Amino acid sequence: MSALAHAGGGGGHPAATGPDQAKRGSWLPYLLLLPGLLWLAIFFVAPLVQLFTVSLQSKLKGYPGYYYRDLNFRNYWSALTEFAPHFGRSLLFAGLATFFAFCLAYPLAYAMAFKAGKWRGVMMICIIAPFFTSFMLRTIAWRQILADEGAVASTLNFLHVLPGGRITETWMAVVAGLTYNFLPFMVLPIYASLERADPRVIEAGGDLYANGFTTFRTVTLPMSMPGVIAGTLLTFIPAAGDYVNAELLGSDRSTKMVGNVIESQFFKVPGGFPIAAALSFTLMALILAMVFVYIRRFGTEELL
Amino acid sequence: MSTASPDTALAFRPSPGRRAQAWIANRFAMIAAILVLLYLFVPVGYTFAFSFNNYRKSNITWNSEGSPTLKHWKDPCGAPGVCEALGNSLKIGLIATVIATILGTLIAFALVRYRFRGRGSGNVLVFIPMATPEIVLGASLLTLFVQGFSRVGLRLGFWTIVIAHIMFCISFVVVTVKARLQSLDPRLEEAAQDLYAGPRATFRYITLPLVLPGIVGAALLSFSLSFDDFIITNFVSGNETTFPKFVYVSYLRGIPAQANVIGFSMFFVAVLLVIAGQLIGNARKKT
Repeated sequence: MSALAHAGGGGGHPAATGPDQAKRGSWLPYLLLLPGLLWLAIFFVAPLVQLFTVSLQSKLKGYPGYYYRDLNFRNYWSALTEFAPHFGRSLLFAGLATFFAFCLAYPLAYAMAFKAGKWRGVMMICIIAPFFTSFMLRTIAWRQILADEGAVASTLNFLHVLPGGRITETWMAVVAGLTYNFLPFMVLPIYASLERADPRVIEAGGDLYANGFTTFRTVTLPMSMPGVIAGTLLTFIPAAGDYVNAELLGSDRSTKMVGNVIESQFFKVPGGFPIAAALSFTLMALILAMVFVYIRRFGTEELL
Repeated sequence: MSTASPDTALAFRPSPGRRAQAWIANRFAMIAAILVLLYLFVPVGYTFAFSFNNYRKSNITWNSEGSPTLKHWKDPCGAPGVCEALGNSLKIGLIATVIATILGTLIAFALVRYRFRGRGSGNVLVFIPMATPEIVLGASLLTLFVQGFSRVGLRLGFWTIVIAHIMFCISFVVVTVKARLQSLDPRLEEAAQDLYAGPRATFRYITLPLVLPGIVGAALLSFSLSFDDFIITNFVSGNETTFPKFVYVSYLRGIPAQANVIGFSMFFVAVLLVIAGQLIGNARKKT
């Protein structure tokens, strides 16, 4: 991840650099692309095609776990009507987590880019390092930290500010877990784009008698927009598909996300493959559509 | 990379009120940043602390009798299955990293250095896996492996995990190496060619050394993504276990403190590696 931010920070030269750019019509680029794109074709595109066909299969009556090829579009209908609340929850929780992650990440990225000086490297290490303690262990650690008898929940209860009296088993814990897990994905791209910004431009805002907030809104924030867009996508997408946080921090009924449904339909419900596939395919289509609208809206071709 | 320091900036500001404001703004960002960093470390600290817990059945509540103890650190493989899971994760991570780094670097060179028909679609094909939720990647691979490839005799297990990890690492390698390639100063290579270096010598002595930090970074990123992956792994692993899967499965029975030892050690080793890398980088810059 250091590399992402690091490499992202150095940009500036236009694409099409280097002495090779004159070589049009050469077969060499295709040769370079072939092995990697072949891998993606077999293990990314083909599985998606398979997923789509599975989503249209029907159960073979009398043989649980067996399906026959069909064009059963009712799978989509029943998946979407039955699990609409889970879809809604996924989008809502992921949206909230993205918002909170942004609120936490921006000051951190800002301080790193403009205030940290020689501490920048240390801060970078501090952001990446927690990643290496397995995210599973950290999520379970949060469960214990936020548990009913733990310090956080009892303090909040003592202050009578906790509705319902607990954090774990509620949506709050799930959103907190999602925010925590994907926070670095928000920090690094914002930092990369702030680092590229010229601090003198921001100072000019102050020199022109804009107050701190106006300078931030009209100068700093727009300059970091590519990073903010990349960061929100890198947070929202994995958060919307996540089911580990809902599983470990949430409750059985009221916090299940679409990922939990897909997982249980695949592994726990006999004959659940078509519905699970329909849900997965819808989730993917929904997110890709949102991503492309978002990129169009803010016009960042840099991501591609 | 930005060079102007905030101190010189203050000199341009006229009014003392504005100065006070800037002073607060300076500290505010830094204080908020430090708080956020502390927040990032809370569960790491918890994991570390509970690696010394003399737990009885499950490592959830602190047992003040006989804690802190070093026994889990002396015998990190003491819990059944934990080191086997760790070994699998390390093996999968290494194989997936090597292959994904090679394939991704080749793609990055092709996409940055050449203009050719299909380049746009190549870019999109590399981008889409990153914009797809992991659960969809895992689910689709599962359907392919179970319904498509089972006829060829491919069972869910070690190699299906490796295949899946290579797939999702490639895109991240491409993005990382591409960014590095795009930020290279083309004049360096032109200079080499002006000095009568052939294309091969230019690549060997100029391009490759300049891109290498990007490639190393991409490899480290791949390894950490692979090592920490749970969702995709859970879908394609069958009965094979990896470290995150081990933790998840043993959660219901109670995670052994040995898992905390291993988790914290990975963190510690990674920090040492990153610091060593930065020191080497700094030393190189100076010479």
